[in-house]
Amino acid sequence: MGKYILKRVAISILTLFVLITVVFVLVRLMPGDPITGEKITPEIRANLEAYYGLDKPLPVQYITYVKNLFQGNFGYSMKYTNRTVNEIIASSFPYSVDLGLRALALSISLGLVFGILAARYRGKKLDFICIVVAILGTSIPDFIMGALLQYFFGIQWGLLPVAQYLGLEYTILPSVALGFYTLAMVSRMMRASMLEVVSQDYIKTARSDGISNFRVVWKHQIRNAIMPVVTVLGPVVASTLTGTFVIESIFAIPGMGKFYVESVQNLDYTLVLGMTVFFGGFLILANLIVDILYGIIDPRIRLAGK
Amino acid sequence: MEQTNQTAFEIPSVPAGGFEHVGKNVQGLDAITRPNLSYWQDAWRRIRKNRVAFFSLLLVILYALLAIFAPIFSSYGYADVDSAHMNEFFSASHWLGTDSLGRDLWVRVWRGGRVSLSIGFIAALLNAVLGALVGGLCGYYGGKLDSIVMRIIDVLYGIPNLIVTILVMVVLGPGIFSLIVALIVVGWIGTARFVRGEVLRLREQDFVAAAKMLGVSDFAIIVKHIIPNIIGLIITNLTMAVPNAIFREAFLSYIGLGIAPPECSWGILAKEGVPLLRIYPHQLFVPAFFICTTMLALNLLGDGLRDALDPKLRGTE
Repeated sequence: MGKYILKRVAISILTLFVLITVVFVLVRLMPGDPITGEKITPEIRANLEAYYGLDKPLPVQYITYVKNLFQGNFGYSMKYTNRTVNEIIASSFPYSVDLGLRALALSISLGLVFGILAARYRGKKLDFICIVVAILGTSIPDFIMGALLQYFFGIQWGLLPVAQYLGLEYTILPSVALGFYTLAMVSRMMRASMLEVVSQDYIKTARSDGISNFRVVWKHQIRNAIMPVVTVLGPVVASTLTGTFVIESIFAIPGMGKFYVESVQNLDYTLVLGMTVFFGGFLILANLIVDILYGIIDPRIRLAGK
Repeated sequence: MEQTNQTAFEIPSVPAGGFEHVGKNVQGLDAITRPNLSYWQDAWRRIRKNRVAFFSLLLVILYALLAIFAPIFSSYGYADVDSAHMNEFFSASHWLGTDSLGRDLWVRVWRGGRVSLSIGFIAALLNAVLGALVGGLCGYYGGKLDSIVMRIIDVLYGIPNLIVTILVMVVLGPGIFSLIVALIVVGWIGTARFVRGEVLRLREQDFVAAAKMLGVSDFAIIVKHIIPNIIGLIITNLTMAVPNAIFREAFLSYIGLGIAPPECSWGILAKEGVPLLRIYPHQLFVPAFFICTTMLALNLLGDGLRDALDPKLRGTE
């Protein structure tokens, strides 16, 4: 177990470094120039370049950047004058996380319930409904889902607010739009996994031992069937959180996605770099936690080192 | 339960002459009663039997044909602006209405479909080929190469691939070619991982050991034994990867990084439709309908192919 965690942590750190380096290089390869404007004379340009450290050779810039990163300093934004990248992240990230967590909580819990119910009532109406929901969910891109929800629930029926993020009723539509795909995927996987577990020998053994139905389903079937679902949670968390980018722009939520897309279009080097590294690091951390969690719930890994 | 308790029971005696010998029919015992089907014939037969998958296949083919021919046979061009006919609803002259610049949506949908579908198929195909090649070589030969490549893949897999796609798009600039490159940079990893796993499993199977023992070359083993066993999985995977690529294209175009106007794609159409949702909802609903039905059809087709191409399910109904 200890070895397993150590290996995961090592890979995560390596991944983070590769990410920083790749993004650093890619950002510099972007066509165009962040310092633009009519009033920019050569002297101003030289001053600005010196201010941002752009006049130094690339390797030096890279080392400075990594050093600053270690101190938690992402540098200054090039377009939002006098705002640090840290400030921008601090003001926008909570929105993205809030939205992402709501969507994940909704989609994973409901997805598991749907998957379990569909497998328990295989071939019945309930199963059919779950399958239809799952197929629709994986076929509708989230930005279209968001727009459709806005149109029907917000504009046509006037039930929920269509934009902004000011209270509980504002969070419902974006969370559903963001989580629908995940919900569908989780329920589909859980159903398939449950059906596979149900026909295993140890379930027959448990039943012939006279263990109550509730206990068989809960302790033997669900516990085992949930494993494959846990393995994909890492990518699921990542895709849900990156999905916030679009949902935020549709619902006018001032989260990281909005700043990210803007900074890419503005060639705001430091902001792109900072946000990518921060966001990437966050996702890598989420992945690491999922991996460790998996190690804990899977006895084959948990007991390996003992 | 009941049968196991009946450990002893009496065999009723048969009266002599109670049965008559009918003679042996030796001829025709070794005749093949079922038609001899190749793997592909069998798969085709099974996909045709699966109504949902077959209908999905027809729909995808129909969309592909429309994407090729509809823009050619229409009297409108996909970028023809017409200020006299802006934001119109469905009509006889404009089948799917017009957009805010008076461009015909029927033509734009299929012109966009051409771009979206070709990006989807090309990117998915290249991903499958590249992934299968890397995964297959690593799995089959193993050793140092394998462990190095797998470490690299572990690291790449951890990087959120949407971010890499976005950055690559920014560096290369908008366009069909850059989209395909951006989708490949991150897309092959998944295929490589699963192909490697499969090849690793197959390599240890008895029939491969037997072939090796008989002196069959590595190349022949890969072509004759390994590939036929994983090709079904790769095709299924590829079918599922097409909607993903289309979805990515739509997403990137939506945030302004995919295809640059006046060229259009389904993502661009959706992007143009969203701001007008309140007043002219059909401008979003039309591209949304085609994106969703395509994704639906490809997902269902993938499900059907998984069953049809699974050699273990051969002959079962």
